[in-house]
Amino acid sequence: MTVLLEVRDLVKRFEAGGLFRGARGAVHAVNGVSFDMTPGETLGLVGESGSGKSTVGRAILRLTEKTSGEVRFDGVDVYQLSGRELRTLRRRMQIVFQDPYSSLDPRVMAGGAVAEGLEIHRLLPKAEIRGRVADLLQEVGLDPSFAEKFPHECSGGQRQRIGIARALAVDPAFLVCDEPVSALDVSVQAQVLNLLADLQRRRGIAFLFIAHDLAVVRQLAHRIAVMYFGRIVELAPTDALIRSPRHPYTQALLSAVPVPDPGRQRTRIVLRGDPPKPTELPPGCPFASRCFHPMKDARCVSERPLLRVVGGSEVACHYAEHDSLQPSVPSSPAP
Amino acid sequence: MIGSLRDLLRRSWRHSSGRWGVLALTLLILVAAFGPLALPDPAAIPDAVAGATPPSASHPMGTDQLNRDLLSRVVNGARISLSVAALAVLLSLTLGTLVGLVAGYAGGWVDAILMRGVDAALAIPRLFVLLLLLVVWERIPLGALIIVLGTTGWFATSRLVRGEVLRLRHEPFVLASEALGAPGWRTMTRHLLPNAAGPLLVAATLGVGDVILLEAGLSFLGLGVQPPTPSWGGMVLEARPLIVTAPWAALFPGAAIVATVLAVNLLGDALQAALDPRSA
Amino acid sequence: MSELLEVQDLRIRFPAPGGGSSVPVDGVSLRLARGETLALVGESGSGKSLTALALLRLVPPPGKIDPSSRIVLEGLNLLELQGEAMRAVRGGRIGLVFQDAMTSLNPVISIGEQVRETVVAHRSLRGKDARERAVALLDEVGIPGARARYRSFPHELSGGLRQRALIAIALAGEPDVLIADEPTTALDVTVQAQILELLDALRTSRGMAVLLISHDLGLEAGRADRVAVMYAGQIVEEASTSRLFRSPSHPYTRALFGSIPRLESAVDRLVPIAGAVPLPDAWPPACRFHPRCPEVLPRCSVETPPVVPLAPGESSRCWLLVKGAR
Repeated sequence: MTVLLEVRDLVKRFEAGGLFRGARGAVHAVNGVSFDMTPGETLGLVGESGSGKSTVGRAILRLTEKTSGEVRFDGVDVYQLSGRELRTLRRRMQIVFQDPYSSLDPRVMAGGAVAEGLEIHRLLPKAEIRGRVADLLQEVGLDPSFAEKFPHECSGGQRQRIGIARALAVDPAFLVCDEPVSALDVSVQAQVLNLLADLQRRRGIAFLFIAHDLAVVRQLAHRIAVMYFGRIVELAPTDALIRSPRHPYTQALLSAVPVPDPGRQRTRIVLRGDPPKPTELPPGCPFASRCFHPMKDARCVSERPLLRVVGGSEVACHYAEHDSLQPSVPSSPAP
Repeated sequence: MIGSLRDLLRRSWRHSSGRWGVLALTLLILVAAFGPLALPDPAAIPDAVAGATPPSASHPMGTDQLNRDLLSRVVNGARISLSVAALAVLLSLTLGTLVGLVAGYAGGWVDAILMRGVDAALAIPRLFVLLLLLVVWERIPLGALIIVLGTTGWFATSRLVRGEVLRLRHEPFVLASEALGAPGWRTMTRHLLPNAAGPLLVAATLGVGDVILLEAGLSFLGLGVQPPTPSWGGMVLEARPLIVTAPWAALFPGAAIVATVLAVNLLGDALQAALDPRSA
Repeated sequence: MSELLEVQDLRIRFPAPGGGSSVPVDGVSLRLARGETLALVGESGSGKSLTALALLRLVPPPGKIDPSSRIVLEGLNLLELQGEAMRAVRGGRIGLVFQDAMTSLNPVISIGEQVRETVVAHRSLRGKDARERAVALLDEVGIPGARARYRSFPHELSGGLRQRALIAIALAGEPDVLIADEPTTALDVTVQAQILELLDALRTSRGMAVLLISHDLGLEAGRADRVAVMYAGQIVEEASTSRLFRSPSHPYTRALFGSIPRLESAVDRLVPIAGAVPLPDAWPPACRFHPRCPEVLPRCSVETPPVVPLAPGESSRCWLLVKGAR
């Protein structure tokens, strides 16, 4: 099985500038993330705000410079490339942003936005660009007449589709989807999610699907990685993660997801304690301060657990073999 | 790709006070461009004997102290004043935008060095520099005057542009452009500049008004544009001794200055409203 | 349970550029009894937030509440109140918790002070008594170490704590009705649950009525007693929570359920609702949902459907429920 993307021990620290960050410490956004991706798969990257998930996506694309670690795409070290080489590689890896309102240049018509990649890389002679743009717009479910519209003339869902068409124009093999549906209305989310699923089937693109909503991620992801405080705490195939989560944080996250069914009783895990401050990197497990695992001890505080294989999943917990709870998603409704 | 100029003018038109600005300025430009053809600068044919005469049928604005038709002089002065202001502002705009774009986009030490330089330059009063220079260089050619005005007026513009660039630098649509592989200059010109253009254009328009006043003031002090080249400020200077006996000689050039600056400011307002892409 | 708040035929008009007007809230009627939670659910553009603002007469100009509307709080007609009397109601009888705590709190004043300000404005307490009351409120909303936290500034607190502070401010006037406008949207999932639990507890302990506004159907499950679904400025369905989730009676509600991703199982394909939410200046004629309705009848585009009562407190705006309508 060929590997498309290899991420090893990725670290990103945002150095503070004194005045505005209170304590002069740096913000530890990403603290050692490692995973692989194969062509055509969707890896969901889930976490709450401050978990570092967006930063991971940007660091892979080099839109933000890493602090340390390695990112290999198609076997090539992304950070060893020169400007020109990087620009060529960019065709293979693209990104779709969360906010449909700021992800498009307000002064550029949709057609121009979609054509930009084609123009930069001179992929088509000028005469053919229009036609390709029309094709791309149709592929994302928009009428070709949208090429002449400005962003403010389009709805959120339409803007998001334009952003997707823009990314598709250069025919990427890898797409970072940074919360692509979070800012959309519920009835439109489904449209965009279906579109992404179709695109994957048709074009075989690998998605790094970043989101905070597990239910959304579940729709598209083959595997899910759960992030907490800049680290992956659990990485498993989707079904396994949802049916039998092994990390306490995953369990808490799953139990908190709102479910439209009042008939179902669930144990809701309420987390107590405070998460670590972004400027202070704890030496041990970052979840220790809120962890409810019965076997939590001093080792959790002093020694950082590494991702290791337990059952069919990778878990970063010293005591993952020991059940902390029943699975949080029962397979049948409670009476 | 970008909304057309026609679209811009159409939207400026919608703004009620801006409409006057557009009209007035268009009129002024036409007058400045074609007026002197119809009404040549009468400096060549003075009839010094008669002296200043009040407005009449043959001389709608009267005549000045050398019995030259004032209307012709004002019209010719328009060409001078407007072109000096326009060209000087164009120069300021170009320099300021370049520096602001680069400083904002590059960040780091490039930004630091450029902005400290701008800070230093801003600390020196512009009028002072101009006065000093022009007193020393009495017979400055028009071209050099434009360059001097242009190179002393770009500092604030660069800060303005830099501010806009900083605001936009990390917006997703700019990152998207970089993610697509756009080289720096392309991102700057295609995405940052047009979006920074709004405040820039407004500042430029107001800058024209500033320079007109500046130039008029300098001519009034006898610096800058020298007679016999007509200049509104110069005309007011020459009409000073006659202010009681022949007030029209100072009134009309003065009114021309006021009208132009007002028109330019109204246009600036309208442009500001028109440039917001959301106010379609 | 007595009828605390009654809204009848609420209509809000905004003048449209070029003459005419748009009506983003068009004939909304609700009832709230003491001790119950009503969830008002709708997507952006449905008019739910405006409805909440209207209850406090905080509709932003140039919007105006139509004179044919009625808003009655325990016998008091809110639309007839002037100045001081209305101000006393705002906060004193109806409290409002906004969505985004970071922008609703004053960044340069400590949270304790902001709570105290409201206490002073609505209760006749001063000085030390007011301060003590503020500390008690911060404690009541579950802020640990309330006394010490009194002096904290909004940016020093986590999202969840900020939201709790906002709730404390809303409670300071001891209101009978609490309106929470998307109180958890800006928060992480693990914190959302805590905040909703808090609102629930407060409702019981204080005997308040709660109007919970949200775009998230999932949040409502188990939290509210009744749910009202809004679409295009109108309430299209109103039902008890259990009935709504068990068998929704309006096609829009059904379509919404069909399009939401579920945690327990991935469906092969989500069923989206075709088209987009209409804008207030272009409401579709007759039934506003008809252009997108998967169960549309020919009559839906021609005749406005009536509000069909289904059970006490339950109704639906749809031709499908009228016998013989097909």
